[in-house]
Amino acid sequence: MQYQNTMKVSFISKSQNEAFARVAVAAFVSQLDPTVEEISDIKTAVSEAVTNAVIHGYENGEGIINVSCTLTNNIVDITIEDKGVGIEDIKKAREPLYTSKPELERSGMGFTVMETFMDEVEVESIPGKGTIVRMRKKLNSLK
Amino acid sequence: MDIIYSVKRGNLIVKIYGEIDHHTSETIREKLDKEFKKQNVKNIIFDFSEIQFMDSSGIGVIMGRYKNAKERGGKIGVFNLQPQVERVFKLSGLHKIINQYNSLDEAISSLQ
Ligand SMILES: Nc1ncnc2c1ncn2[C@@H]1O[C@H](COP(=O)(O)OP(=O)(O)O)[C@@H](O)[C@H]1O
Ligand SMILES: [Mg+2]
Repeated sequence: MQYQNTMKVSFISKSQNEAFARVAVAAFVSQLDPTVEEISDIKTAVSEAVTNAVIHGYENGEGIINVSCTLTNNIVDITIEDKGVGIEDIKKAREPLYTSKPELERSGMGFTVMETFMDEVEVESIPGKGTIVRMRKKLNSLK
Repeated sequence: MDIIYSVKRGNLIVKIYGEIDHHTSETIREKLDKEFKKQNVKNIIFDFSEIQFMDSSGIGVIMGRYKNAKERGGKIGVFNLQPQVERVFKLSGLHKIINQYNSLDEAISSLQ
């Protein structure tokens, strides 16, 4: 039998909401009874994607960030969407250590963190229109 | 987010309470740099025992402080990393340039 559940939250691109977003997703996923490690992986990945929407997508200005999370049995699908500046070269953006904002002491490791802590990360972006990051993680704690 | 400082044998010891993300990193950076300027120290030792969460913004904070310490001929040490922080630390390659210790005493005696 298939279990399915979905949530969506939208908030403005304030840096205070980075913590809100990762905690909200973690609280939603916790109904599946994941391990502490799985939850902290998901929190970290969400934090990275939301931070990118705040700093890079909206360049610290104001905009709306949409986060959704769908659970399908033991699969967690998360999307983080902004309608900001978009990414010209996605391949380059995903390279470890690449950052377009070294002056802000960014490490360029955000996408690498997402890729390491989640099973799949897909990035869709149109310059001038915005960015959607889709991430998937299978919870192995539940079979 | 709270930071407690102490100075021991030329080391600035920094204990941060809370989470290190983009939002908190701006305050942490500002406070740390002010304290480092004020103190006659070379090394910065981070006590991570009360940090349950850090994302890649924290890597930027540590790298930036590494540069500041290096200007004075000093180094960065960290101890008591919690599991989530440890994983971010490892994957970022920070462990290659920043020494990790099991305790404050070990950090102080190794960082002379
Ligand atoms: N939502 C986004 N909108 C626009 N650009 C983005 C977005 N997310 C990431 N980027 C680009 O990808 C680069 C790499 O991102 P990341 O790996 O998280 O490193 P960092 O955030 O430290 O720069 C960013 O410097 C930025 O140029
Ligand atoms: Mg980032």
